[in-house]
Amino acid sequence: MTRRSYDVVIIGSGAGGGTVAQELSSLCRDGVRIAVLEKGPKLRAEEFTGRELEMAQVLYEDGGGFLNAERTMTLAFGSTYGGSTAVYTGTSLLPPEHVLQRWNVPNCTFADVEQRARKFMTENNVHFLEDKWINENNRLFVEGCRRLGYRAQQFPVNLKGCRGSSLCNLGCPNQAKQGTDRVQLPRAERNGVEVITRCEVVRIGDKTIFARVHAKPQGGKGEPSPWEAGDYQIDAKVIVVCGGAVNSPALLLRSGLEPRLPRLGQGFTCHPAFIMIAEHERAITNFVGHPKSFYLDQFAKSDRFLLETCMYFPFVTAKSMTGFGEEHSRFMRAFPRLQMILVLACDEVDAHNRVTVDGDGRPVVHYRCTPEVMRGLVQGAIVSAKIFFAAGAVRVHLPVAGCATIERTDAERLNLIAEHPDFKPGKISISAAHLQGGCAMGRGPADSVTDGFGRVHGIPWLFVADSSLFPNSLEINPYLTIMALADRVAETIRKDAHALL
Amino acid sequence: MLVATTLQNRPRAMQRQLRLFIRTIQWLPVFRYGKRFTSIRAEQRTQILCYLQDHRVEVIRCGFWGLRTLALLGYYGRPESVQAIGYAADPRGWEARR
Repeated sequence: MTRRSYDVVIIGSGAGGGTVAQELSSLCRDGVRIAVLEKGPKLRAEEFTGRELEMAQVLYEDGGGFLNAERTMTLAFGSTYGGSTAVYTGTSLLPPEHVLQRWNVPNCTFADVEQRARKFMTENNVHFLEDKWINENNRLFVEGCRRLGYRAQQFPVNLKGCRGSSLCNLGCPNQAKQGTDRVQLPRAERNGVEVITRCEVVRIGDKTIFARVHAKPQGGKGEPSPWEAGDYQIDAKVIVVCGGAVNSPALLLRSGLEPRLPRLGQGFTCHPAFIMIAEHERAITNFVGHPKSFYLDQFAKSDRFLLETCMYFPFVTAKSMTGFGEEHSRFMRAFPRLQMILVLACDEVDAHNRVTVDGDGRPVVHYRCTPEVMRGLVQGAIVSAKIFFAAGAVRVHLPVAGCATIERTDAERLNLIAEHPDFKPGKISISAAHLQGGCAMGRGPADSVTDGFGRVHGIPWLFVADSSLFPNSLEINPYLTIMALADRVAETIRKDAHALL
Repeated sequence: MLVATTLQNRPRAMQRQLRLFIRTIQWLPVFRYGKRFTSIRAEQRTQILCYLQDHRVEVIRCGFWGLRTLALLGYYGRPESVQAIGYAADPRGWEARR
């Protein structure tokens, strides 16, 4: 086993890890040694081809097919330089005030988190796309909402030089999305932070990390790790865990911290979602242009769902529909005429839904949709169908209906379906990409894993800085909030540098 | 090939369960039609598959979903299928449309 030593080691390079790396990188000038350990590879610009399976395989954990323990839902999260910021659509919303108030975390005020989030809005070039770059898939959503009296809102996005490839979720082939892979990590590296890719952390000991560096697979994408393949013991005065809501709690569980942190892995939420698909009579611009430019959140409080525009790729689209055979193929053959909406449920912390590890230490996510989540998804599907028809769609694929194809002439069936939905977990393709909780912030070990600054209770040198800190669902796209919380963690470490380092 | 590669990376237990599930589908129609799945008519196959997709037991629905997902991966993962449905996203985005 090779031994290395650093002052600060950051595990993970996504919205949390990338931010902490940048915010601590000024310490490098004073001789502080900082490393980021990233499980995934770093791809070269020309390797982002936009080809669905090829990119999903290399950028996502389990190729994007990570299943929950019940096998009723797939979880999508990045495993690459930049983590999930390399594969999201760049949507950048400020945290909602009512959510932060409900979290009620000591020393974590809305004003503080919002102010930090705004800093990253500027730094990552968050803005509204100009109207001329909005495609018809998005325009039809706005139009359908308008006709029904709903208030669709535009997503602020962190793009620079977007060419409208529509391939955001497969890693932008034009490097236009300003995730941590484009902004925070390169800046941190310029300041002296080392980023070790293909480095999987096995467990954490007392100020020590046990990790394994993997060789680049033959013919695989990405740069080789800067370290030789093999096992490493890395000593560190401060360790910041930023592996995301699945891998961070799993790592701490593997490290034997559960007895002193009984809430570890608890409180997992994820905005379970499914894709709604509608067919128009004519071809629309859908697989060109930014895919996720608008959302509708006016039902979040009353009916516990959000709607977002989206446009997915052939395999994901095929998988997302229920059924098979001619009915299924007909929608797929209409791809250039398809409009899509993502329905997301605003889930709440539930005792069953948590992260554990199996006998080999691999993360296991236990997640069941509660009746409230199912109701939210059903209502979201019905509202989506109404938006589609209001926008002129001729037929809609409604996964919560026994007979999934609803023709425009049959639209009055929607209210009946809303009363008697056919929602069967395991039949409907549910997926989630907003993974949250598992190392929640709070007051003490009885209710949480860390304090309001991400410091693990009772372990002053160990921090968490990612979406696993959320005590409950954020109810919106989480990246700016993760960055704001990571900024707080970094500031705490800087302030305590004399004692910690 | 696509399916085989995907399965390679999955736990062995899952691979075993999948094999068992495929065998079950092959023999299930014998009780109803007196023939194996590969020997019955297309509409009979559809009935069997619908029965599994809507089964009251969640684990059977999940098994069907997994198998269906693999089949869709094998088909829509191929460039020729993508082309056939008219999907033509281009890294050049709007510029490629001009």
